[in-house]
Amino acid sequence: MSAPPLLDVRKLTVEFATRRGTVQAVKAIDLSVGKGETVAVVGESGSGKSVTSYAMVRILDRAGRIADGSISFSGVDLVAASEAQMRDLRGREISMIFQNPRAALNPIRKVGRQIEDVLVQHVQATRATAREKAIEALEKVRIARPEERYDAYPFELSGGMCQRVVIALALACQPQLLIADEPTTGLDVTTQKAVMDLIVELTRERGMSTILITHDLGLAAAYSDRVVVMEKGRVVETAGALDIFRDPQHPYTRKLMKATPRLGMSLQDLLPDGREVRERPSPEGEAGAAGSPARSPLGPPLLVVENLVKEYPRPPKGSLLARLTGKAEPEAQPFRAVDGIGFEVRRGETLGLVGESGCGKSTTSMMLNRLLDPTAGRILFDGQDIGAIPAKGFAASPFRQRIQMVFQDPTDSLNPRFTAERAIADPILRMGKIRGRAALRARCEELARSVGLPTELIDRFPHQLSGGQKARVGIARAIALDPDLVILDEPTAALDVSVQAVVLNLLDELKQRLGMSYIFVSHDLNVVRLLCDRVVVMRSGRIVEQGTAEEVLGDPKAAYTRELLSAIPHPPA
Amino acid sequence: MNEMSKIEPAPLRFEAPPATSLLAHARHIVAENPVTGFAFALFALIVLAALLGPSLVPYDPLASNTSAALQGPSASHWFGTDQLGRDIFSRVVAATRLDFSIAVTSVALVFVLGGLAGVTAGFFGGWVDTLVGRIADTIMAFPLFVLAMGIVAALGNSVTNIVIATAIINFPLYARVARAEANIRREAGFVQAARLSGNSEWRLLLTQIVPNIMPIMAVQMSLTMGYAILNAAGLSFIGLGVRPPTPEWGIMVAEGASFIVSGEWWVALFPGLALMTAVFCFNLLGDGVRDLVDPQRRN
Repeated sequence: MSAPPLLDVRKLTVEFATRRGTVQAVKAIDLSVGKGETVAVVGESGSGKSVTSYAMVRILDRAGRIADGSISFSGVDLVAASEAQMRDLRGREISMIFQNPRAALNPIRKVGRQIEDVLVQHVQATRATAREKAIEALEKVRIARPEERYDAYPFELSGGMCQRVVIALALACQPQLLIADEPTTGLDVTTQKAVMDLIVELTRERGMSTILITHDLGLAAAYSDRVVVMEKGRVVETAGALDIFRDPQHPYTRKLMKATPRLGMSLQDLLPDGREVRERPSPEGEAGAAGSPARSPLGPPLLVVENLVKEYPRPPKGSLLARLTGKAEPEAQPFRAVDGIGFEVRRGETLGLVGESGCGKSTTSMMLNRLLDPTAGRILFDGQDIGAIPAKGFAASPFRQRIQMVFQDPTDSLNPRFTAERAIADPILRMGKIRGRAALRARCEELARSVGLPTELIDRFPHQLSGGQKARVGIARAIALDPDLVILDEPTAALDVSVQAVVLNLLDELKQRLGMSYIFVSHDLNVVRLLCDRVVVMRSGRIVEQGTAEEVLGDPKAAYTRELLSAIPHPPA
Repeated sequence: MNEMSKIEPAPLRFEAPPATSLLAHARHIVAENPVTGFAFALFALIVLAALLGPSLVPYDPLASNTSAALQGPSASHWFGTDQLGRDIFSRVVAATRLDFSIAVTSVALVFVLGGLAGVTAGFFGGWVDTLVGRIADTIMAFPLFVLAMGIVAALGNSVTNIVIATAIINFPLYARVARAEANIRREAGFVQAARLSGNSEWRLLLTQIVPNIMPIMAVQMSLTMGYAILNAAGLSFIGLGVRPPTPEWGIMVAEGASFIVSGEWWVALFPGLALMTAVFCFNLLGDGVRDLVDPQRRN
């Protein structure tokens, strides 16, 4: 690259003033982006990758400041630029796409109008031509029937559509640099592929440069020219996208690569060498911890689901007046979130429940763990139809302690006012047989040890624990009463890959040791492949395909499964 | 996901922050916001006056001395004397106990009743929600001070009835805040998790929901406390509730009002200032209380 780079960051240091003094979130990093180049910034949470991008457009929050270094953008010094200059640059020269597209859009303004606002603001259109230009912009981001969508509100559009609108907004003024901060996190894989393809195509077309900020190495590899790996505020490695995957230099990059689930790996492969899942080996021995996972022989069915249906009434149709006066006609056909599905889970088996958002997998898991009543169908657990026991009274049922769950968001699923010990003890206090303060404490410590949570941490409140530690508390609580079936609802979706690697191994090891069955609800096929014996693929409330993991993911019969598999961005092998 | 979207300095997220003691935490809150420290100091002063005031004051608040009537502020009578020659400083300080206890009792009453009605409505929904909502709507339909006057007039002129009236007019505030806070937490992950742990619905309400809405309720209490004092004094001002010669800020302002035109301003001014200071203090206290009781702020 002989031409001077479009964006040149030198020795950038960003500090945050906190209660415990000043903390450097970004430490003297160098970064450059050439014209037309796509640079991916990869790192785990806390690596400073987002802070770097916020510093570039100077939208750090009040506690943060650029302590040192320079940022030059096509000759303009962004550190010294006035706020007025920055306002003019943002949107016109540099624009950003954020993680949650719905939050980036004004919920009570039509999407077309929002695009118009940006165009008029930056004098790209007059009020007279704005509508036409806005529709044109919607067309460019492949929104079907743009004239109709112009009048849509954000809540009427899917997540993928909203992200397209945000892209249209970001590109409306033909900026030279696009900063995409986790643009597809939270979107389905097929939507992710469509959105990323769109970003790459549009930016190439216009000769734009892109900074792609992501935690997903696969995504970075598939869509960028160069990859910058960040760890704890420092750039540890910068290399071409292909080189970094073929020959990672820095140990952190290697660790990150290793922890990313890929084809042809086993669960243990995810862990860095010499790292044990647990703090201490358990007396029960290392049955499943060594070598490749020895799948236990599959027992009789523990759970049989027959023709399970969940219906929700649709909102009544009609005008606002009709709805207010109660004269609107209720929709005759209720909405079927789960539409007659059937499968079974055998003892000691892990069943993967896979599908994109809205496919009914979460509704299904809520019915199976008896927090939600099915409309029709049977849930046979150990031969008993537990679907017939109403969800309201299930807490008092003897089956309650045999079916437990690990939730998706470890933060949201812990009571902020309970210590880790109190959270783990909760099911024991309600349904367990252990009485007495000392015995309870001992049991909680034992559980903490078995999930690899240091026992000195169990007196802490959730906000004093890290994401991975909170996830362990959630797992300890779920296994506190030795359940037969644990439903894992995307248990690692909120975690970093390296933490995910450890948690997945922990879950697998616990299953072997305690003889539990799992239902693993996930959208991440790479993870499902590693952990599951059999897989059920769902779409629109129905089962598209089910079979063993090797069959379904290795040789898919349904077109939809193939589509899902091909949408996963793969790091080059 | 939300783990990543937050901008926060890196090391804090990797290593979990150490626990802080309540005292150290309080010290930090006060150091961070001096106004909070000021409010807490004022509050301590009010509590002290309420507890010890009557035994500390230089004169008997009820003893009249007609020879020294309507004297302006001086070294022997800091706030002057009233038409019966009673020492206004002693009366203002002694009145703290009555005004403060009316406010505390009524706020405690409405906190329990309104709070419980609200969380029950928000958590269970259905007919409980409708019932609580309608009761709150009915109360809100009246001008609140007029409603309080009506209640005291109907129930009888006593301190107990002032407490009840003040509690009733504050009911909608508490019920609505508690309802809204319980409602948004009803489907939270930790509530679902507790459901899986075999907790009954009532236990969920009491162990999961109620402790988590305490910070908000504490702020609410602090804010309505000032309002409750004002309300009690207002009722006494118009001649309801507390009767003369009992020292009470509202009565004292009412009695002093007639002397302002003739130039004896101190009779009404000092009890009025005491009232204002108390209300001001409780309003300032709200934010400090929230910072103190919220566990999220403890790192």
